[in-house]
Order: sequence, then C-alpha cells, then structure tokens
Amino acid sequence: MTLFSPRLAARLDALVEKYPLRRSALVPMLLYAQDEIGYISDAVVAEVAQRIGITELDVRNVATYYSMLRFKPAGKYNVQVCTNISCMLRGGYEIYERFKEELGIGHKGVTPDGLFSLEEVECIGVCCWAPAIQVNYDFHDELKPDLVPGIIDGYRGKAVAEAPHA
Amino acid sequence: MADVTFIVDGKKLTAPAGTLLIDACRKAGIEIPAFCYYPGLSLQAACRMCVVRQEKVGKLQTACTTTVAEGQVFITESAEIAQARKATIELLLGNHPLDCPVCDAGGECELQDMTFKYGAGESLYTEAKQHREEQQWSPAVYYDRPRCILCYRCTRMCGEGMDVWALGVQNRGVRSVIAPNGGGQAGQSNSELDCEQCGMCIDVCPVGALTSGSYRYKTRPWEMNHVSTVCTHCADGCKVTLGVRQVNDGSEIVRADNRDKSGINGDFLCAKGRFGFDFVDSPERLTKPLVRNEAGDLEPATWEHALRVAATKLKEVRENKGGAAIGVIGSNQTTNEENYLLQKFARTVLNTNNIDHERTADYAAFASALAGHPGKAASLREAATAPAILLIGGNPTEEHPLLAWNLRTNVRLNRARLYIANSGEIKLERQATAVQHLSDDGYPALGAYLDLSNSAFSKAVLAEASLLVIFGQEYRGAQVASLVEWGLKRASVRFAYLGDYANSRGAADMGLLPNLLPGYVPVAEPGAFDAEYVGLSATAGKTQPEMFDAAAKGELGALLVMGANPVAKLGIDLIALNNTFVIVQDIFLTETAALADVVLPAASLYEKTGTVTNTYGDVQLTRKAADRAGVKPDFEILVRLAEAMDADVKRLVPFGKACTTADLGQSRGANSGEADRHSVWLAANSLEWKMSPFDPLAVLDEIERLVPGYALDRTNLFGGNDVATEPGFVPVSALAGPDLVVPAHDGLFTSGTLGRYSPALKALAQYQAAEVVETAVE
Ligand code: SF4
Ligand code: SF4
Ligand code: SF4
Ligand code: FES
Ligand code: FES
Repeated sequence: MTLFSPRLAARLDALVEKYPLRRSALVPMLLYAQDEIGYISDAVVAEVAQRIGITELDVRNVATYYSMLRFKPAGKYNVQVCTNISCMLRGGYEIYERFKEELGIGHKGVTPDGLFSLEEVECIGVCCWAPAIQVNYDFHDELKPDLVPGIIDGYRGKAVAEAPHA
Repeated sequence: MADVTFIVDGKKLTAPAGTLLIDACRKAGIEIPAFCYYPGLSLQAACRMCVVRQEKVGKLQTACTTTVAEGQVFITESAEIAQARKATIELLLGNHPLDCPVCDAGGECELQDMTFKYGAGESLYTEAKQHREEQQWSPAVYYDRPRCILCYRCTRMCGEGMDVWALGVQNRGVRSVIAPNGGGQAGQSNSELDCEQCGMCIDVCPVGALTSGSYRYKTRPWEMNHVSTVCTHCADGCKVTLGVRQVNDGSEIVRADNRDKSGINGDFLCAKGRFGFDFVDSPERLTKPLVRNEAGDLEPATWEHALRVAATKLKEVRENKGGAAIGVIGSNQTTNEENYLLQKFARTVLNTNNIDHERTADYAAFASALAGHPGKAASLREAATAPAILLIGGNPTEEHPLLAWNLRTNVRLNRARLYIANSGEIKLERQATAVQHLSDDGYPALGAYLDLSNSAFSKAVLAEASLLVIFGQEYRGAQVASLVEWGLKRASVRFAYLGDYANSRGAADMGLLPNLLPGYVPVAEPGAFDAEYVGLSATAGKTQPEMFDAAAKGELGALLVMGANPVAKLGIDLIALNNTFVIVQDIFLTETAALADVVLPAASLYEKTGTVTNTYGDVQLTRKAADRAGVKPDFEILVRLAEAMDADVKRLVPFGKACTTADLGQSRGANSGEADRHSVWLAANSLEWKMSPFDPLAVLDEIERLVPGYALDRTNLFGGNDVATEPGFVPVSALAGPDLVVPAHDGLFTSGTLGRYSPALKALAQYQAAEVVETAVE
C-alpha cells in the first residue's frame, strides 16, 4: 500500500537505494511527495519514515526545519511573492500587498475556493528580473502591481479549462 | 593514550592525549561552564558557554570539543571570555521568561547560576518575548518551551543513553522546540510521549524546561533535606537521593534523583526509582495496629494490645503444639538486618525452621555452585566496564533497567562486546555484537552448544579472553550449577544472577529458608551458629507451600508474615487459613493482611536504616528518609514482639556496652523518630543512653561476625558506597526444589504488591498501555 502514484512510488524506491545512507533520501522524498500530494500529511510522514526505516519523529525533525515544506494543503496555485532584498528594492512589497488585496488572503492563507494560496518568501533566485513571484513551478518577473489581476485571471482561466467537464 | 602536558591558566596539567579539555580541567578543579556538554553523551557544541582562549588560535575555542595535546596553552577566564559568555547568556535570555520565582529549577538552575556569575542581568532587547504554553507530554514529563535553552541534553540522553529516541528537535531558530514522538499532527509539534518514562531527560535538563509530574510546583529546592538511600523496587539497587520535606504527620518524600552521580547507578534511575516513591504517602497506608475482634472484623488497637495478643498466641502455640506448628514468611523488600532478625526470632524464640520467602531466583544454587571459587561473583559495576559480556536469558530493559543502562553505556563508550543468548527477542539485541536465539528449553544445553564452537556466535564467545556471564531466572537448581561449571572451566569468567526485588538476594543470604541459615549454612551443620542460636533445630522446616498445606490440614497454629503477600502471590484459598492465627507486618492491607488476626503497620524501606543486597551481591546502606506517624520499622516490631513473649531481647539483638561496636546513632537518618523511641525504651529499661535493641546496626555486627561472605568494608558502606560481598560460602548439601522459584517478571511500571499502591506508577502503566494501543491502531 502506498499513498503515491506508481510512478512516484518507483522513483522513491530507487531514491532510497541511491545513497550510502538511506536517510540521505529524506529531503528529496519529502519534496516529491509534497509535489504530488500537495503537502506533507501525517500519512506522508508515516510512509516516508517506513520507506527509509527511521522513526516518524526523525522525519518531522527534518521536515519542520524547511520552510518550503508545508503541513497543510495549499491552494491549487501557490503564489510565492519574493520580498527579499532585490525584489524589495524594486517594489516586491507592493506586489505582495496587491496579491493580498486581490485574493483577500494573507501570508499562508488559502482562498475559500481552494484555488489560490499566498506566501511571502525569501529570494527565489531571479533577482536580475526583480520583483518576481513563483506560482507552483512558474515564474513571473519584472512585475508591476497592475499586472497582478491579469496573472490571477490567467490562472482562473486555466483552472476552468482544466476542470473536468460536467 | 600517552599522557601529554599542557598549561591552563598558568597551571601545568597532565592528561591522556585526546582528553576533552573540559574534562581535563574539571579533574584539575578548574570549572568551565557548559550547558550542552554532558559527560558520556555525544558532543554538541551548541551553547558556546565553554569558550576558552587557546594560544596561537585566532578565535575562542569550545573546551567541550577541544582535545588536549602536548604543549598547548589555554586561558579559561579573562575579560574577553567573560564578555563572550555574557553575550551568550544574553542571547539565551532573549526569549527566556525569567520566571525563576515559580520555576522548579529556581535555586538549582545552571542558567540562573551562570547569569549570576557573569552578570548578564540586563538586556539590550526590547522585542516582546516569544511565548508558548506549557505542554504535558505524559503523566511524568512536562515541557515548558520558553524556559528551554536548546542544549539538546534531553534528546541525546533519551536517544544515546536510553536508546529510546523519543525526543526530537523541530522547527528552526528561535522557533525550535523539543518535540516528543507521539500524538499531534504533522507540522505541529507532537504532544505525547511514548517512551520508558524514566525521567532522565528531566534530570539532565539544566533549566526548568522539562519538569516532572510528581515534583513540579511542589516545593522550593532549598526547603528539602536530602537523604541518600537505596531504591525499594527492582533487584539492581540504585542509589537514590530522596528530597524530603517536613509535614504534620512526619516527613514526606517529594523527589527522587541521584544528581550527585554517586553509587552504582551514577545519575541513572528508571521510572520506578524516580517516581515510584509515592506509595509512602498513600492514604491506604496502615498507620494503626489492627486486631480481629469477636465479630470477626479488624479493629484499630494500640500497639501494646496488638503485640500482647500476637505474643500470647505465638507463645500458646509454641507451648502447646511446638515450634513446628508455627510458620514464618519473610520479605524481599525488608533490610538484611530485619531478615536476619526474623529468622533468628523464628529459630530461637519460636523454635521453628519453618521459614521461607517468595523466591524469585535460586540464589542458594548460585551460592553452592560458586562455593570454593572466590572472586567469581561480579558486582553490577562490572556490567559497565567489562570488555565482553554474555547475557543469557532475562530481559534487562524491562526487569533490570540499571543493568540495561550499564550494558548500553559500556557498549557505547567502551565498545564492549555484548553477546546475547535468549529464547525471546529482547531490546538489548540492538547493542549486541552477536545474538543466539534459543528454544524455550534450550538454556540447559547452552554451555555444551558453545563448546561445540560450530557457529559464529560460539566462536566469538569462546574467543573472548575474559567474560562476564549474566544469566536470568531461566536457570535454577542444577542448571545454575552446570552453567557455572561451564564458566569456571575458562580462565577469566565472572558471574551475575538476576533475581527480582530490592532485597531478594538479601532475603536468601540472610537465611529466610527452611533448610539454610544465613550465608547458606545448612541447619544440619550449623557451625558457628550452634553456639549462639539457643534452641536451634537441626531438621529443615517447611517451605512456603508446605506451610500453607499444613494450614489447610489444620496443622499450622500460627503464621507470622513480614512484608509479603503470599495469599495473592500463591493464590491461596481463603479458607486454608481458617484454623491458623495469622500475624502480618506490612505497609498496606494486602490480601494477606486482610485475612490476618493481628496486623502491625510497618515502615517502608524509605523509612528506616539498614542494609540491602542487590542481586549481584552488592551491599548498600539504606537511610531513613521519610517518617510516618504510627508505623514502626519491622526490626522494632520484631524486637517488641520478642519482648512481649518474654524472650531475652539481649540474646536476640546484641545491644548495650558488652555486645556491640555498632555506631552511636550517627547513621540513623535525617529525622529523629527512631532516636526518640530509643530514649523511651532505654529509660524504661534503665539502660545507658548508648545503644538500643531497636538499632538495626547492632545486628549488622552480628551479621558480619557470623554470616559467611558478609565481612563488609564498613568505611565504604557508611560512606554511602556499595560494597561487594564475597560469596566464600559454605558448600550447600541440601538444595530446595527449583520449582519453588517463581520469577515475578515485573516490568518498568510494576513492582509486585508494592507497585499497586503507587499512583504515579499506576498512571504511567495505564498511559503507556494506551499509547501502545494507539500505535497498534495506527
Ligand atoms: S522519560 Fe526517558 S525515555 Fe521518556 S523521553 Fe525522557 S529520557 Fe526518553
Ligand atoms: S528541554 Fe532542557 S535539556 Fe532539553 S534542550 Fe531544552 S534546556 Fe536542554
Ligand atoms: S533500575 Fe531498579 S533499582 Fe534502579 S531505579 Fe529502577 S527499579 Fe529502582
Ligand atoms: S531577491 Fe527576489 S528573487 Fe532574489
Ligand atoms: S558546552 Fe561547549 S558548546 Fe556547549
């Protein structure tokens, strides 16, 4: 029994054998699991612990250290707004404020329809095009506050398009 | 390693190369402050309190990770170092609540002491402090995050020391918390502790972040007196320091630990030793003698009356039916002096050899097997130092927590090789070099199997130059003999045999056996006892089951039970005792006491002075810590009973000028109840204020004089150390049936009848049972 898709399960099987110490696979396993399940649930903790052969406490000790691992479901589109130095100097906070306003949620909030969540994050590595945000694995850079509603609408449309037809 | 010489604060020091600087300094009397360093645990270097200046090195170095080498030069106190330490403390206090006035640790807190020393009383921080609510993790362990300084002593103690790994560190930076392993949701720190509940984590916490369910918010440290005595539970015999406070009807125990690391256990105590002292204050304690009235009910009575009733009846049975119609059952939790006195009372006053106790191991067989082979019995200390150990049977983690601790420590710190042969799976296999699983009846053949040397296990064991053989209750009678014989063929083998209760070994050593006198001297060949024990019969008496058979047949006129509960243990039919007059000395109204005609309320092991012998033969001094109005030590009860029977008390207890060299009362405990009773008795009998018949140490003299193997090192004994007995025992001709040995198999939270009266142990047992069910469901 596994929580994961056959593909991911196979990938995790390979991962634990890859390092001299099985527990070295812990962080990548958690990241992949989060990508598929959406967050690190109790069940994820249990399965990862069991796959590596360490205690659940060990998994939690490591997982809670990393701010990019979440323990509650995020929105379908997780909006991460950088407010670190380059982005801050080029208006990152204005972007962040505009997202808060448009989505009606704050840091780590999720919209009631579950579509969006918002996070204020540290440098995401695109300082040269600051201010930048990351939505799931997509980047949007050189932003102005007025571009925010368009970005949101884009994802709304995407969600509708992807929704299974009734 | 070779010694090296180096200079600390201008002083030339010498230590083996590779010694940690902090240890080398401490040994030389130079104290270096440390929060995260804890001897015996892995290095953490997390707190930066131990910083020192090393010549020719750019930055301050942590003394807890610096190893000494030839020619190094260190400074451990200077303005620069004081400033660094002060800054560290200032950071630690950044989120610290400074609630010292109500904190359990206030007055004995390492953070408080260091703040006082380095004067970091003011802070540049103006930010609001992070607060978190205190959490209860289990009935025993509470965690107060704001007080935690993240030294990780607790996580390492639990993981490395206990091999339980129940504590972790979660989150990051100032949000870090120590988290237990059970309950709670992902992302939130857990809130339940599923572990052995030993309280070691609480013990090593340098501040008041981990507090104990039984001690928290109860007292201020300086309100307690401290009395060091011996744990009353399992047969390992940890030295325990009891924190005692005066109350209206005596004094109460509020805490048990062993922070001074003295004794065979260092700082170790298990849940029973640390929390299981509360039976002492149980409302169910017997505090008045009870005598069965005409209506058939037990009714409170005065001591005089109860003793008179008991004595009259004992005399009557002795005179009319003879001593053979009287039975005596002794205890596994009373002192050696009491056990010795009980059998002497039985043999010389009641004129009977019908004396026995609940046997949990076949110590007589062990003594007989070792007879004539001096230097082959191992102290518990050796489990922590022996290079190779063969553990056969038993389950130390559950039944001998200190032994398990010593073995783990030895493997971890000294790379000792632990070989385990067991019919079950035991947790210590995690530390084992090699494991051999046996069938349930495979124990007797083990020696022969090893000699065949046809497995990796037996080859490894046989290759050891010296071996400490520790074996469990699986071995009885002839099997003990053949195992010991197997070992004695080899050059350097020492033995330890695992029994169950605090003084089970002492009960056997002191002759609570129908056929053997103290020191396993057969009653048929009493030797030195002959001259001293007037009226000693040379025929063996009845064993415990035989006594109850006799009672059922109406042949047992009287039964005296001291601190035992045979009715529950043996499942005795209630009507079996209908025709027997039963006298019980106990702490509680046990199943046996409830059937008695006279019940005499006794003091517990924590309320009297004496000695006890652990299962390894190490003798230790118990001291009177608590006091309870109304009760008397079993020793005094026996003396008074003898006196009420018009026996010559002076023959029973060698007290007074001519008879003894025992001390003049210095070793009686912190409280004076005993001394008061002395003065009353002495005045009543117009004796010198010097020695009393209630002084158990007068009997210790006699034990040392008469009991083979008990020539004790008194200086060490009274200094609070364990002293080994040398079983230079007289050979045993008549060994009793091995079927009389019934192991109790008490676990981490049970302790025979006594454990049932400890609310703390009951709560822990219940809690852990629920945790196990929860985990199983998941
Ligand atoms: S009580 Fe003992 S076993 Fe439990 S967490 Fe503390 S150290 Fe570990
Ligand atoms: S709880 Fe105590 S022992 Fe554990 S890390 Fe905090 S201060 Fe150290
Ligand atoms: S290991 Fe035994 S003697 Fe030591 S504290 Fe626990 S019960 Fe008491
Ligand atoms: S500071 Fe925003 S991407 Fe680096
Ligand atoms: S004691 Fe050395 S860093 Fe903590």
